Amino acid sequence: MKPAPFTYHRPETRGEVDALLAELGSEAKILAGGQSLIPILNMRLSSPAHLIDLNHLHDETAGPALDDGHVTVGPLVRQSSVERSELVTERVPLLAETMDFVAHPAIRNRGTVVGSIAHADPAAELPAVLAVLRGEVVARSATGRRTIPAGECFRGPLENSLEDTEWLEEVRWPVAAADQGFAFEEFARRSGDYALCGVAARAERAGDTTTVALGYLGMGDVPVCTELPPLGASAFETDEVEDAVARVVEGQLDPVDDIHATVAFRTHLARRLGATAVRRAAAKADTAGQDS
Amino acid sequence: MTTRMFGQSVKRNEDPRLLTGKGRYVDDIEHSAAQVAFVRSEPAHARIIDIDVSGTLDIDGVLGIYTYEDLEGDFAKPLPLLIPNDGLFAPKTQYALAHEEVCYAGEVIAMVVAKDRYIAEDAASAIRVEYETLPVVADLEEAARPGAPVAHLDMEDNVSGRVSEAKGDVDAAMAAASHVYQWRFSMERAAAMPMEGRGIVAHYDESDQSLLLYDSTQAPTGVRGGLALLFGLDPDRVHVVAPDIGGGFGMKVIQFYPEEVLVPWASRLLGIPVKWTEDRREDFIGSNHERGQAHEVRVGTDDEGRILGMETNFLNDAGAYCSYGLIIPIITAAQMQGPYRIENFRYEFRNLFTNKVPTSPYRGAGRPHAVYVMERVIDKIALELELDVAEVRRRNFIGPNEFPYDVGVTFQDGGPTIYDSGEYERGLDVLLDALDYGNARAEQRKAAEQGRLMGIGIGYYVEGTGIGPYEGAAIKVLADGSVTVALGFSSQGQGHETVFAQIVSDELGVAVDKVKVTSGDTRRIGYGVGTFASRSAVVGGNAVFKAAVQIRKQAAEVAARSLEVAAEDLVFENGQIRVAGAPDLSVGLGQVALISNPLRYAFGEESQEAVLLAQRAYAQSDRPLPDGMRPGLETAEFYSPTSGVFAFGAHAVVIEIDPDTCNLKILRYVVMHDCGAVINPMIVEGQILGGVAQGIGGAFYERLAYDDQGQLQNASFMDFLIPYATEIPTVELHHTETKSPLNPLGIKGVGEAGTIPGPAVIANAVSDALGRPIDSMPISPLDIYAILYKG
Amino acid sequence: MALNPGESARIELTVNGIAHQIDVEARWLLSDVLRHTIGLTGTHVGCEHGVCGCCTVLIDGEPARSCLTFAVQTDGAAITTVEGLAASDDGLHPLQESFRMHHGLQCGYCTPGFLMTALPIYERAPEMSDEELRKAISGQLCRCTGYAGILSAIRGAAEIERSRKGAES
Repeated sequence: MKPAPFTYHRPETRGEVDALLAELGSEAKILAGGQSLIPILNMRLSSPAHLIDLNHLHDETAGPALDDGHVTVGPLVRQSSVERSELVTERVPLLAETMDFVAHPAIRNRGTVVGSIAHADPAAELPAVLAVLRGEVVARSATGRRTIPAGECFRGPLENSLEDTEWLEEVRWPVAAADQGFAFEEFARRSGDYALCGVAARAERAGDTTTVALGYLGMGDVPVCTELPPLGASAFETDEVEDAVARVVEGQLDPVDDIHATVAFRTHLARRLGATAVRRAAAKADTAGQDS
Repeated sequence: MTTRMFGQSVKRNEDPRLLTGKGRYVDDIEHSAAQVAFVRSEPAHARIIDIDVSGTLDIDGVLGIYTYEDLEGDFAKPLPLLIPNDGLFAPKTQYALAHEEVCYAGEVIAMVVAKDRYIAEDAASAIRVEYETLPVVADLEEAARPGAPVAHLDMEDNVSGRVSEAKGDVDAAMAAASHVYQWRFSMERAAAMPMEGRGIVAHYDESDQSLLLYDSTQAPTGVRGGLALLFGLDPDRVHVVAPDIGGGFGMKVIQFYPEEVLVPWASRLLGIPVKWTEDRREDFIGSNHERGQAHEVRVGTDDEGRILGMETNFLNDAGAYCSYGLIIPIITAAQMQGPYRIENFRYEFRNLFTNKVPTSPYRGAGRPHAVYVMERVIDKIALELELDVAEVRRRNFIGPNEFPYDVGVTFQDGGPTIYDSGEYERGLDVLLDALDYGNARAEQRKAAEQGRLMGIGIGYYVEGTGIGPYEGAAIKVLADGSVTVALGFSSQGQGHETVFAQIVSDELGVAVDKVKVTSGDTRRIGYGVGTFASRSAVVGGNAVFKAAVQIRKQAAEVAARSLEVAAEDLVFENGQIRVAGAPDLSVGLGQVALISNPLRYAFGEESQEAVLLAQRAYAQSDRPLPDGMRPGLETAEFYSPTSGVFAFGAHAVVIEIDPDTCNLKILRYVVMHDCGAVINPMIVEGQILGGVAQGIGGAFYERLAYDDQGQLQNASFMDFLIPYATEIPTVELHHTETKSPLNPLGIKGVGEAGTIPGPAVIANAVSDALGRPIDSMPISPLDIYAILYKG
Repeated sequence: MALNPGESARIELTVNGIAHQIDVEARWLLSDVLRHTIGLTGTHVGCEHGVCGCCTVLIDGEPARSCLTFAVQTDGAAITTVEGLAASDDGLHPLQESFRMHHGLQCGYCTPGFLMTALPIYERAPEMSDEELRKAISGQLCRCTGYAGILSAIRGAAEIERSRKGAES
């Protein structure tokens, strides 16, 4: 299993990346951590003519940064650096909780957060988390840059909404508000595997009412984000949570069969994991509210 | 007295090398060799219409591209049938390169030799094969159906062989039974998946008319003999070396895989060293699988759960070819009765071709299936008669005084299956005590009251190990007092360099780390069989023992002459041969080696002394090398067992099923094992623990997902789920020791043991937890979901 | 810099403290370059899709898959392989010694990957829960040991290191 030949480019500035993409367009793939791309190349499931290696860009940040209500990560921020970041733990607790589920330590040491978002794998954790947090990405090209909300970022399996000449220079994770609570749940056969189903929950407390948004992975062509109807305090004493999740699961998710799980099993998982995530996130939102 | 090394957890001699990156695996050898990549069949069954290589013409660095048309003479014939059998009437083996018809996805069609592997793969992917696809038979039970598609065009059906055997009178037993049950059980395929795939480096030397082959094989001597025949070479000019091997588990015992013939053939053709290193995708579709059976069982019992008669009709999935004959179903049939006394037993099996990767033994070899069927039968009898599962086992055990016990069916070596020794009930007691069985059942009841799904599973097995025909050991004492041991069978991690050194150490009184064991190099010993069937310690160990005894005798004779004492008065310790009661009177073992080879010339200080001693010894004899003696302190001895020896053991597992994820959590996994006398407890435990992990993997994680077109859907480690450390529980080990009376060391084999009861214990535990029979393995959360929520 | 198919570029890799200037093609995997160009065959290749972990080495101090890295990407990086662990030919690193003591290896093929994965964590391992330690080494497949010996070995290495230091002082 060796990759097919390609032309390798090593730009040193973001501008050089822009210029290369302007010239090469769809012929080129961006190579950052390579932890999703290189297996595909080794298996010759894909053989792009050009690879643009970001690893030698000058003056790139190595870790997350705080910027205008967001924790931002640049193109060379490794997943392990986010995992170890106190800033992320404090400001984007859902991302911190989720990192533990993303592949394995050695993969996270090379893999980048931006790369995982750009890869747009509907079974991956980070796109679903970005979507449920209503984060955004910054795309750039030789003609300028634009900010894309997470909800518009993913177009299909392994397909993002960037133009051929664009690439991602930043992913922006909204800082958690005091009244918010979060939870992440997934079921994978082995630790670190792609999950059969996973879900991220964001809960917000306003008085006695809790609003919860869910972001599912592995349940459609793209991460599926949805909001439950507002839940009163009594909902958590009854099966109302389960019922609300069930309605969302039945109505909005579109899983497929594969060798590990059927549609029915995935739907079951989506209901159970979703309900657990809702309850956990809501409980944390409660606590968060009391703290403030 | 020095401590006896036999029975000690001696640290391994091979470890420093392997831990520092100095191990030498096949791909570590000959970096400048030309590299091979193969074109493998995409369809599972097709006629080859055309092979178009024109796309490779502009690829620099391609040295040769070969198809069946390029093969001549014996190379163009089907590969050898390794184990013929009267019941095997369609003994199909594959061609080295596919000839007109391909019968599984992965079958080798063309070989590319190039400057490096990258270029070889470029060329392989540029070769276009035009196929006429043919109907595919992928499913085992479908293959048995009249009118099913045929896996081979020239056959009427898919049956490659059929064997039946009976003991007692099953029909009469069934007629007399209070209860007669009929049950079906099936088990899907599994795969060995050693971390190192197969690999070959061939160097054919035209001027010397010799072939040197490095091969990641479990049977180097067999490969050597076969290749000598095929290449028309004097066997002494064919050298096969199995260097460090990254796991085998049976998968590497087949001789030949097509690549083993093609790589040396290309080396001869091109006149250069040629290398092929199997990649993971090739391992999935080009290296043999196992398991794959479906059983129809009938069992008759009395009201107390005693089995009066039993029969099974089963199908075995041969895959597309059957070079290993009928060995797997024969083992299944021979071992099915396990530790139980079943007076009336009958089986019939059919070995069926399917358009899938061929099968041959993988760790456990026919036994995991047999044990799974038998142990499910026991649990189902208990359920039917409302008896405890442990109690039903007790009521059926062969008693400790019934040995040797004739099982009444033919063993895999063609002889009768006769158990040599066993203490089956004691083993169960050890297991249940360790588990605290009564308490575990009480906890299970408590959990059930809380609506939790806990289950307990037990699996008991008897494993025939240590079969013949023979193994050998060549031992030589060197001048520095160290000892070399050469074995004809290779090591894939079982610790051969240590356990055999322990045996030699005891006999010759030298430190374990002064005994250098080389296994699997035909330049060092020409005769041997191979590492499989849990036989190395038993057959090889006793050969080493015999050789060490012989060396001791030779050394004692020489030392006696030199020291002018009687040989019986000599003791061997700390590298010295001493006279008992006269501590000053001694000679080093190394010096004895020098004296044994009386030299005219002395090299080095030690040999100066030795030459003097030899001169003294000469004075005691009429000539420097007394009549009947050979120069040097060396020997090769062989051990051939009268029959197999039968190890046994039992596993128990406590599980809980999560109704949300349908996953199972193993709360406890307890093992009782008995492999007779233990040479190195640390290594034996390692074998068991590793085996258990493979058993759990095969029962709950690993599944070869073929579709109905014979395409393997999960030919990667992403989707074929070998458990990580996060999925394997802590295993509690207990052992008993029932020595074999059949060999001098009292050893039984252990290599496969841990794997064998895996599917049985997991199936029993999940059945117990869900209250629903699990009679199809492996299972997964998806299956548990279906049981829990789909009725 | 642009490197076309079939062309080589000179890169500098510091491997186990030794600087190597080598010519590589763009698509050559770091695992292949370490093994076949530099000749350090202790790094093994088990799957070439990042799941088994046999090929794990340290890239600038962090465990990473050498099969999921092109050598050319690591131009200027410091690589540590299993050959860089032992201080000398006869002395084993405490982690290696612990693997030997606890029977943490059988065939030895996955072992270098486990050693490199454990290297940054073994000193903390005694304080880690069983679950934490298992999680820390998940991503590394072993087909021989069932992991028990590996877990004990990683947990026991710090103790060996301490007793060695005690012996020195």
